[in-house]
Amino acid sequence: MPTTSSQQTSDVAQASASPGRTRAPHATKRLLKIYLEKPELAGIVLLVVLIAIFEWRSDGVFLSTENFRGVLGILPEVALVATGVTLLMICGEFDLSVGSVFALMPMTAAIVMSNGLPFWPAVLLGLVVCAAIGLVNAVVTIRFGIPSFIATLGMLFMARSLTVVVSGGFPPLLPDEIPSWIFTQFIGPGQLFRMSFLWFIGIAAIVSALLSLTNFGNWVKATGGFLDAATSMGIPVVWVKTTCFVICSVLAGFAGLIQVLRLGSPLPSIGIGLELQAVAAAVIGGAALTGGIGTIFGAIVGALLIRVIDNGLVLSQVDANWFQFAIGALTILAVVANAWLRRMGRRIRVGV
Amino acid sequence: MTTPLIECRHLDKWYSGVHALKDVSLTIRPGEVVGLVGDNGAGKSTLIKILSGVHEPDKGQILMGGAPVRLRNPKDAMRAGIETIYQYNSMVPTMSIARNLFIGREPLKASVFGFGLLDQERMRQESVQAIADVDLHLRSPDALVGELSGGQRQGVAIARAMHFKSKLLILDEPTNHLSVKETDKVIGFVKGLKDQGLTGIFISHNMQHVFQSCDRVVAMARGEIVFDHPVTETTLEDVHEHL
Ligand SMILES: Nc1ncnc2c1ncn2[C@@H]1O[C@H](COP(=O)(O)OP(=O)(O)O)[C@@H](O)[C@H]1O
Ligand SMILES: [Mg+2]
Repeated sequence: MPTTSSQQTSDVAQASASPGRTRAPHATKRLLKIYLEKPELAGIVLLVVLIAIFEWRSDGVFLSTENFRGVLGILPEVALVATGVTLLMICGEFDLSVGSVFALMPMTAAIVMSNGLPFWPAVLLGLVVCAAIGLVNAVVTIRFGIPSFIATLGMLFMARSLTVVVSGGFPPLLPDEIPSWIFTQFIGPGQLFRMSFLWFIGIAAIVSALLSLTNFGNWVKATGGFLDAATSMGIPVVWVKTTCFVICSVLAGFAGLIQVLRLGSPLPSIGIGLELQAVAAAVIGGAALTGGIGTIFGAIVGALLIRVIDNGLVLSQVDANWFQFAIGALTILAVVANAWLRRMGRRIRVGV
Repeated sequence: MTTPLIECRHLDKWYSGVHALKDVSLTIRPGEVVGLVGDNGAGKSTLIKILSGVHEPDKGQILMGGAPVRLRNPKDAMRAGIETIYQYNSMVPTMSIARNLFIGREPLKASVFGFGLLDQERMRQESVQAIADVDLHLRSPDALVGELSGGQRQGVAIARAMHFKSKLLILDEPTNHLSVKETDKVIGFVKGLKDQGLTGIFISHNMQHVFQSCDRVVAMARGEIVFDHPVTETTLEDVHEHL
């Protein structure tokens, strides 16, 4: 696919190089160039606009400390899942099982804790289960050449089912003595954040640095950008994809743990639909479904947008059922706009 | 006579039932540019894929500088100094020129077990130099390869091969999908190979291009080499007769 499409676009580029082509105005070119380099910028602009609207519609409640504390309390959970999903999307694959892994990890940890295992070993065990699920996703996808969309759809059902089965219908209680404060304690000016926010910022910064500052990041982008080229340049693409699948699963499980510690009990139903919110966040933040394009920062902006819309609609006394509609519309808009802008960007060949 | 740079001995390759290479032997001396021609399905790309480590032969041997080598993957071939430019592009359109130039061979500032921090400044500087060395004029190493024309992309691919001091540069139909002007540019690169002290294999459908830029014409048909003569001792018609 990339072969022919890139060849065709280059033909288009040549065809349009002839005199008499429509020239984009200089300002438009500049904007496109900025967009191509920073695809999350549009999301940030939208975020600012929405915050302003919600602040106005809610008579100043939206930006109040109490309300923002609520928004920022949930954000790390969604954004960590979106971070993993985005990394995987950049390397050209997809994971629909993150919502189920989000529930399975804390359930596993809670069960082994209720059987006497201390907190940290239980967390480690839970994360190992996540890593194993990521590995299975990778093997099924790569070895059997199945689209990851389908492979991980299967895992979505399997991991959810496992969660319910191991919970035995009666979710175990979390032991009292576990150090949940490491994730749930309020901190910062006006007690605005929870500790989970620091974990999230730290992890997102690491994944982001991995992508943009290391050779591994270069391989991820090459693998997702054009698999044939990556392979012919000797990049271990199977290994790269497998690693991304595992990181994605582990981050989803870790996010689930944070939510369960915040809520105080492991419910087998948490995280349903979260996989789609995570994909929406990635796409709204500029990630391409075809791989190779996207940023962690963009995914975070996307996740924040989703949280802000959810919360803002409630505060503006709009029927809460419009939430899904808004997210859906925004996702479609983002995909269409991204595709269109990229096409434009190629056609006028900005700044070369 | 000098030691051959690379020597293929009795290579055979099957693709589940298709006998794509039949007892192919080919010797290439240093500094030579060999034009490889033949109809679609003749086995040219298969031979090239074996030399660039994408496939391993089912039978036969490859020697470099007189010693047997095993090219198990593209990395092995690149380490041995064999660089390949494919008819499709071996560039990632969504990445910058600087990043593309170093895919899989990134210079690192610090590393553990082969992973580490990219030396981005060096990548940018060296890519500017590498591109200037092949007479290509691009304003910035940060431009995305997707923004370049097909010819410019092949230019960058050639710059990459030059930069890594490849001994053998293989070009598999590099002018497909290019405009006439850009094709001329790529042919220019091929002609320039010898001055750079490089050895090359140039695959093309266009016999004229081969006669313009190569020292030797090798023709393949149905998985075998059917013709092998210096350009100066043969004619276009001669080659056509054997295909
Ligand atoms: N990956 C493959 N799997 C199966 N058959 C292949 C594969 N690649 C090439 N072939 C077959 O091998 C023969 C030689 O192909 P190829 O080397 O691509 O020829 P050329 O490059 O000269 O056009 C053809 O019959 C082709 O169909
Ligand atoms: Mg071919």
